[in-house]
Amino acid sequence: MHRRSFLKWGGAGLATMLLPQLAFANAATDQRFVFIIQRGAADGLNTLVPYADPDYAKLRGALAIQDTQTNRLDSLFALHPALSNAFALYQQQQAMFVHAIASPYRERSHFDGQNVLESGGTRAYQLKDGWLNRLLGLLPKAQSEAIAFSPTIPLALRGTIQVDAYATAKLPQPPDDLLMRVSQLYAADAQLHTVWESALQTANMADMAGEGKNSQQPEALGKLVGDFLSQAQGPRIAMLETGGWDTHSAQQARLAKQLADLDTLIASLKQSLGSHWQQTLVIVATEFGRTAAANGTGGTDHGTGAAMLAFGGGLPAITARNKQWAAGKVIADWPGLSNSQLYQGRDLQPTMALDKVIAELVSAHYGLDNPLVSRTLFPATA
Amino acid sequence: MTNNDRLVYQHFGLGATPNSPAVDTDPVKALLDQLNHYQVMPEAWKNYQSQQPSVEQAMRDTRQVNQADSADEKMAMRRQLRIAARDSYADAVQTRAWVAQQSETPFVERLVHFWSNHFAISVQKPLVTQFAGSFEVQAIRPHVLGRFKDMLMAVEKHPAMLVYLDQQQSRGPDSMTMQRKMKRHPDKQAGLNENLAREILELHTLGVRSGYSQQDVTEFARALTGWTLPNPQQTGDSEARYPGFMFNARVHEPGSRTLLGKTYAQNGVQQAEAILADLAASPATASHLASKLARHFAGDQPPETLVNKLRDRYLQTGGDLTALYRVLVEAPECQANTAVKFKTPWEWLISSVRALDIHLEHIKVAQVMNQLGQSIWKPGSPAGYDDVADSWLASNALMRRVEYAQRLATLTKLTQPPAEIAQRVLSGVLSPDTLKQIQRAESAQTGFALLLVSPEFLRR
Repeated sequence: MHRRSFLKWGGAGLATMLLPQLAFANAATDQRFVFIIQRGAADGLNTLVPYADPDYAKLRGALAIQDTQTNRLDSLFALHPALSNAFALYQQQQAMFVHAIASPYRERSHFDGQNVLESGGTRAYQLKDGWLNRLLGLLPKAQSEAIAFSPTIPLALRGTIQVDAYATAKLPQPPDDLLMRVSQLYAADAQLHTVWESALQTANMADMAGEGKNSQQPEALGKLVGDFLSQAQGPRIAMLETGGWDTHSAQQARLAKQLADLDTLIASLKQSLGSHWQQTLVIVATEFGRTAAANGTGGTDHGTGAAMLAFGGGLPAITARNKQWAAGKVIADWPGLSNSQLYQGRDLQPTMALDKVIAELVSAHYGLDNPLVSRTLFPATA
Repeated sequence: MTNNDRLVYQHFGLGATPNSPAVDTDPVKALLDQLNHYQVMPEAWKNYQSQQPSVEQAMRDTRQVNQADSADEKMAMRRQLRIAARDSYADAVQTRAWVAQQSETPFVERLVHFWSNHFAISVQKPLVTQFAGSFEVQAIRPHVLGRFKDMLMAVEKHPAMLVYLDQQQSRGPDSMTMQRKMKRHPDKQAGLNENLAREILELHTLGVRSGYSQQDVTEFARALTGWTLPNPQQTGDSEARYPGFMFNARVHEPGSRTLLGKTYAQNGVQQAEAILADLAASPATASHLASKLARHFAGDQPPETLVNKLRDRYLQTGGDLTALYRVLVEAPECQANTAVKFKTPWEWLISSVRALDIHLEHIKVAQVMNQLGQSIWKPGSPAGYDDVADSWLASNALMRRVEYAQRLATLTKLTQPPAEIAQRVLSGVLSPDTLKQIQRAESAQTGFALLLVSPEFLRR
């Protein structure tokens, strides 16, 4: 019988990645690092709520977070009520929150902002590779295997050092931002509008029936990442992408859902890592923040200063090295929210540099020389 | 000026790529120029064909299964054949998409897809699955710029069509073989199968309700008896011009036939060939093809003026397809300033991978087309897929495109901002609203996805 060739193209599925072989991996003592990017400009002011700033409630109006008791952090800040696992970690000194922070980027385009955040440059498209890839070159070989949990490798992980990408085969559900913008695009198109409205209705029903989008997705993802990072021959660095943060409208419900998902993801990752959590650092960052004031559609627009979150069993050891960073404290040089204190009269003024904080956390986590790390990861601002 | 880009790339082509240059010549000239550069057998199809077994080989394989020693062995061999056929099919769909994506003569590739749908086959049958890719390569591609008559002949003699419409089983009641059988089993009925004859008249040539009768169908079916696949017991392969076709005189119905008032006294294979030639030359066929071509290029309800122009040209030139394409690109009816067609899933996928320069190794095209609702070479009926928006613009299908657009957006290697790509690939049609939404999307991925599902991109 004729043996026909197998598919020339189709066979090399993305999901069939083989784990990299490591020479000296030591699962028990290797450091782990996870970078989670929040694409779409996450709202720092409703994540890390400055409840005691008198201008906060004025600016945010109906959008202001009411419950600032449950997850109160200190005399100025409270954590969004959906972040209960994050709050528990904070109480165990395994979380660190930084406010009024920004990359060097000062405009308001998502793509350019993400390009700066991921490349580690000062201008979009200034650098061709990502800071996370450049970090790999500074690490012992056994700890420098990296993986992106996405179909392709995001810019932060792109560069001269080979990394892998892993994505589950299932079609990802379209993010809210896409669905919303599609709705707006079709609004003026009689033919498409009707069909699309009915498509959304059907999708909603499926959602309510429990087969909807993102059901258990953050939990499953956290477990998956933890499994990879725990394996003896597994990668030690992971990057995850989250979308849906661009809350121009209906922010209250959307942000609560986004944050709850993030909270679940972190908790699931911790659980899945088991004892390796003690060697783990997680950094969560976004390209820029959102306007201090609410807009006219129950949301916020593109802004500047944002919040950065860090987690991990390795945090107490890291903060112990830095006198200014007492563990279990919000780190902020709070600029205030009065009109004259806002950046360009509209955004939270950034008072902390994101690349400095990342460089400090990473060098402490790996016991590396800070100037070397800064020069390598963020050459333009070091 | 910018409508030139729209006409050449979107409307008549398969979508622009980020590197498609602005059309600074006459669009008619740019499109007709493609006719001179069309490749019948691009490298990818050559590779594909070189790995396909001949029909004779495939039949021998099938026969081997029936001679297997045990039931277990039989089952294992059958499974192997099924897998081989499925692989061959997936490979063919992948090759088709690859050729469409890479093509520098996308207008002609579009026409290949058009004719392949006109002469629809369906891979619901295992043997058709095996031959579907070869069907398009051997019966459609060589004739897309030739005469309709030649394409018709190649199609009706192709094993994929003969199997799909049951022709290979049809036997003349008075043929030698049947006469011998009747002597042995007088109770058994004669084996005439009218399926292919009917569909040739109704779908491939004259068109439904064009004046033929049931008697005409039966007469044509009798004339077609003997048109079949090579007998695996015979050595020697089929005629090179019609690979996989054999005329078996022993099952051919003897005698002359009368069809649509004309008598065909030819013997053997020439009889049905003569009928096909007359059908190809019929004014009814001209009208039928003219309205389908007009619908494809001038909108779901094409103007009568264009249909008439195409019909007349067809009759004047003896069915010269290139002459019809010239009418289409020159016709004011096909040069509207706005899109008149909602893309089929295939058109949408191909234009998407062209726009985002996506490497097809990331995509299993056959599977994706199943998900998008237009399985390649597998329409529900011999009529092929519909060519009107109503068939494709449905809520679930639209949601599928949005979902899949998101997936495609993750596969692009483009480093330019989505807005810049949108301005290039939707040159001449991109609206300020769409551009704004793409610019404001929360990530480059969402921006690229929006581009693919924008109203401008969904239509051509």
